[in-house]
Amino acid sequence: MKLFRSSSGGSETTTPAAAQKIARRSSGLGELSRFWEAETPLCVLDLGSTSASNIRFFTERSHKIYSEDLLVASTDPSLATKDEQGNPILDSRRFLADNVVYPAAHFDVVLCWNLPDYLDESLVRPVMGRLWSVLKPGGMMLAFFHTKDAGPDSPCYRFHIVGKDTLEMQPIVLRRETRRGSTGAVHTAVGEGFRLQRVFNNRHIETLFRDFASIKFFLARDNVREVLVVR
Amino acid sequence: MSAPLSADLAQIGKSVVIKGELSGSEDLYVDGQVEGSISLKNNSLTVGPHGQVKASVEAKGVVVQGKLDGNVQASDRVELRKSAIMNGDISTVRISIEEGAFLKGKIDIQGRAEKAAGK
Repeated sequence: MKLFRSSSGGSETTTPAAAQKIARRSSGLGELSRFWEAETPLCVLDLGSTSASNIRFFTERSHKIYSEDLLVASTDPSLATKDEQGNPILDSRRFLADNVVYPAAHFDVVLCWNLPDYLDESLVRPVMGRLWSVLKPGGMMLAFFHTKDAGPDSPCYRFHIVGKDTLEMQPIVLRRETRRGSTGAVHTAVGEGFRLQRVFNNRHIETLFRDFASIKFFLARDNVREVLVVR
Repeated sequence: MSAPLSADLAQIGKSVVIKGELSGSEDLYVDGQVEGSISLKNNSLTVGPHGQVKASVEAKGVVVQGKLDGNVQASDRVELRKSAIMNGDISTVRISIEEGAFLKGKIDIQGRAEKAAGK
């Protein structure tokens, strides 16, 4: 696994980019779209930044949508702790006591977006385990992973669904300050901007989702692999 | 930002802290702290930019500019402004969410007939 643990700190000098939206076709979303026309209302969990477009998209189709921004939740300073070797980590038990708290097998679809690439290392596996448990058997989860060609400055996006297989991606605008997180990772503008933490290769992705029944990869042009897993 | 002035608008200012059950038949603007429950069946609640509400809310309309922790049942509409931090489930007929608003919870949009039937 390629890790991006920059040593930079202090002030972020980058001028905040305009939060313009970039349209993007998503094969993974297209694959999921057959679910949307289901007569039975679906339970959908959106783990990205709160998106009015996504809420409208699902509620117009009579589905129930749950919104929970896990990246923002992971910046809670009270999560900071140390492992047995004294290395700073985030307390995954505490994190999961407050987040992704749903009955087992509750959701038909989980939209994970690019969460695993930006989430702190100590939370990735526990969160994926919890997501497995809240998905219904046969339920599907969509996640995006950068390829090795992506640099550490690859912007973190919020994703807006605008069509059956079309997304609008909007960079989460960076504020001026950068700080080192409790695990050593650099978080730029906590709550508003995030830094790519690592790049998973295909084997790492398969390991991450080893409890799922099936996994499907879609390679996109923008250094992103879309991954659709079925519980 | 100041609250719109209205003869039928009750206001809870920034320095006010209330714990308990609030109910009424006029619109309510909360810019202080409220903990408990708020019931304004035919009226609207506005949580101002400094407002911090920890309460279950039942109202005709709800506008959130500050922080609201609790479930919301609105018989008409819910508006989450860009500065809103909302933790709780929302059940309403219409909803609008400004970019930048934070929401952790379920959104259940009900039809008017469904709402009237109390489903």
